[in-house]
Amino acid sequence: MTGNLVEIRNLRVEATTDAGRRVEIIKGVSLDIAEGEIVALIGESGSGKTTIAMTLMGYARQGCAITGGEVRVGGVDMVKLSEAERAGIRGTSVAYVPQSAAAAFNPALTIMDQVIEVARIHRLMSAAEAQAKALLLFKALSLPEPGAIGNRYPHQVSGGQLQRLAAAMALIGQPKVVIFDEPTTALDVTTQVEVLRAFKSVTAQHNIAGVYVSHDLAVVAQIADRIVVLKDGTVQEMGTTNDILEEAQHPYTRELLAAFRPKTQQRQPDDEGVIKRPLLEVDNLTVGYGPRSRDGQPLIKAVQAVSLKLDQGRNLGIIGESGCGKSTLARAIAGILPAHAGDIVFNGRELGKAGRNRTRNELRQIQIVFQHADTALNPAKSVEDILRRPLAFYHGMRGKTRDARVSELLDLVRLPKSVRHRLPGELSGGQKQRVNFARALAAEPTLILCDEITSALDTVVAAAVVELLKELQRELGISYIFISHDLSVVEAICDEIIVMYRGQKVEQIASTRLAAPEHPYTRLLFSSVPKLDTGWLDNLEQDAEQVRAYCHP
Amino acid sequence: MTNPTSSGRLSMRLGYRFNLVGMSALGIILLWAGIALFAPQIIPHSVGEIVDTDYFGPVSRDLWFGSDYLGRDIFSRILMGARYTLGISLAAVSIACFSGVALGMTAAVAGGWFDSMLSRFLDALNSIPSKLFGLVVVAAVGSSIPALIATLSVIYTPGAYRFARALAVNVNTMDFMVVARIRGERLPYLIASEILPNILGPVLADLGLRFVFIVLLLSGLSFLGLGVQPPYADWGALVRENIGGLPFGAPAVIFPSLAIASLTISVNLLIDNLPSRIRDRSAE
Repeated sequence: MTGNLVEIRNLRVEATTDAGRRVEIIKGVSLDIAEGEIVALIGESGSGKTTIAMTLMGYARQGCAITGGEVRVGGVDMVKLSEAERAGIRGTSVAYVPQSAAAAFNPALTIMDQVIEVARIHRLMSAAEAQAKALLLFKALSLPEPGAIGNRYPHQVSGGQLQRLAAAMALIGQPKVVIFDEPTTALDVTTQVEVLRAFKSVTAQHNIAGVYVSHDLAVVAQIADRIVVLKDGTVQEMGTTNDILEEAQHPYTRELLAAFRPKTQQRQPDDEGVIKRPLLEVDNLTVGYGPRSRDGQPLIKAVQAVSLKLDQGRNLGIIGESGCGKSTLARAIAGILPAHAGDIVFNGRELGKAGRNRTRNELRQIQIVFQHADTALNPAKSVEDILRRPLAFYHGMRGKTRDARVSELLDLVRLPKSVRHRLPGELSGGQKQRVNFARALAAEPTLILCDEITSALDTVVAAAVVELLKELQRELGISYIFISHDLSVVEAICDEIIVMYRGQKVEQIASTRLAAPEHPYTRLLFSSVPKLDTGWLDNLEQDAEQVRAYCHP
Repeated sequence: MTNPTSSGRLSMRLGYRFNLVGMSALGIILLWAGIALFAPQIIPHSVGEIVDTDYFGPVSRDLWFGSDYLGRDIFSRILMGARYTLGISLAAVSIACFSGVALGMTAAVAGGWFDSMLSRFLDALNSIPSKLFGLVVVAAVGSSIPALIATLSVIYTPGAYRFARALAVNVNTMDFMVVARIRGERLPYLIASEILPNILGPVLADLGLRFVFIVLLLSGLSFLGLGVQPPYADWGALVRENIGGLPFGAPAVIFPSLAIASLTISVNLLIDNLPSRIRDRSAE
């Protein structure tokens, strides 16, 4: 196979650790990309997908170095070039779209200045020509008000728009290859649809080849021609998108696919004889931030008059896009952020709005688990210390009994005993989240509020965590309130689902009736979740009026 | 693949990496600490004894660092002076940092009016020039070692408070603090068990730096005649006593200055080269 646009041959990348040890991150990877073809690199975090994509620009992160093989882009070996020669190629032959456009833009310059910067640095065209070209790209990427958006500053546009502007920045130098580094991971599903559509049409229009780095198989299925599955720095499997989705050969690929098709809940229908006891009733809860106005209302109301009911042993899901107030609702229930109005009735007793007005036993029964285990676990304390504290605090355990209970808890969340003495920083993301969860279990609660606990995890790891939650529920009879923007996760574990939009409860539906939502926003939200089907994006028809009404990409 | 040197292997076993500059700085500090502890046993001459017929005598076999303005042995006087310089500074820095850090963490966690009042009060204290403050206190209550320690600690508490509060405010916004609060934890646990372990490293570095400031301020006060009073003498007082020897290039004024410099520079170098924990320990 000669004449391919990109030819990577036997690529090796090594990193040097702070102990002076050298670790091979990429162990002899070879792949090709033809002109106009989009190849996806997928795999869990740490599999080397971003590292490979970066070598297309001849770049290796701090402490890493390309130690072998060749990376030919348009016949030029990026590995052998000098840094100055590489700088000439970056932006004109190879361009890069980062994961977080918000972090990639300079907040002090206007968008237009930054988009045409590549043209200025490489002296490709005059400023006026570059601006005219940028305008065309803005239109092609279906950005609103293409004429005016360039004069704004990065904080004045939304995340989805910024992501598309980052793509415009990458495309202005007319590159032959564009690296998309998880460009939609940080976006809401409704926004993601728009951004994916824009990327797809622009790359097809300009016949641009792309490397699409992602861990989301369903997203990749929409945009890529071929898929390369990576694990531990080696290629596990390579094939056209259809082949991989239909007949995956490698066990890891199958695991990845299986994690993507969550088994819907196998729950027994309610026993007729058992009387359902409400565990938690929330009535007309209003929560807000900012100073209170004269009538006692907060400046910004994040949650407005939401009511919900949860029965003992059942699970409730709350979904909605970022900023809809779902996390605020959980914080109000937990007492972290006192509600301004409404009632929270738990086990038949009304709870104080602020945590300090609740008894220790009331606090014990409702535990909250946060999304980011990194910040939810004290980095200076060992796993053992973290788990011991709630045992001593709530149950007065000491000495041997407490140590035995710590071992039991580690067992419950399927962690080896060897992690006891480790610090959170020495654990993987999935392990940290398990410790985070074990700490909540240590209190022996009846209700656990899970705030996006799987969002920061890889698909395979997240699936394992959800499985664990289900098992624990069978063993311990806990109830969960599961907050997520990911419908498939909520679907897998919850009996009832509440859809929130701009602080209000839009709809409450049973998970058995998910196929037939009534509210238009729910319909839009559900239809925006990517499916493992290559034609999904092309066949997706959303009511343009509704998209305009509910979406602000 | 791995080929660590012998020193690399040692630091590997300890789990920390410590470079040569840091190690030599630590050596000098430990040397001074040892001298301060055992000074009475190791001084060759009594500190008050006039051993030289000449004043500002040169370096000789008997008088290693020469003699002072009265013909006393300057080497012995420096060794004894280490007790005062190190002792007073250490006591003052411990009090200043303990109270500053404790108040800083409390203010960060408690917030509200407590934080505002305390911050404004300590800012006001901070705005008084330190030497002037020392002058006023000594003029009012006279110079004694406890008064010196108290004055130096009061002067350096606001700085330690600001530093600790700035660090603690960042830790206070982390989710694990929310978790601890909603568990129902009280203030003493929050500051001692959740915040302190996270700010300990910078706080220790700050303690070392503040120690240097205190040594210099103490030497400055002693130089002005407000610090340690005769017959005792710390290093600053030694410089002042012998300042008359400066035109003659007398070793009596140079060596106490070198003593101050060696201690303060060593502490600074140690802080800049503190042992760093090796994260990758898989090659053990």
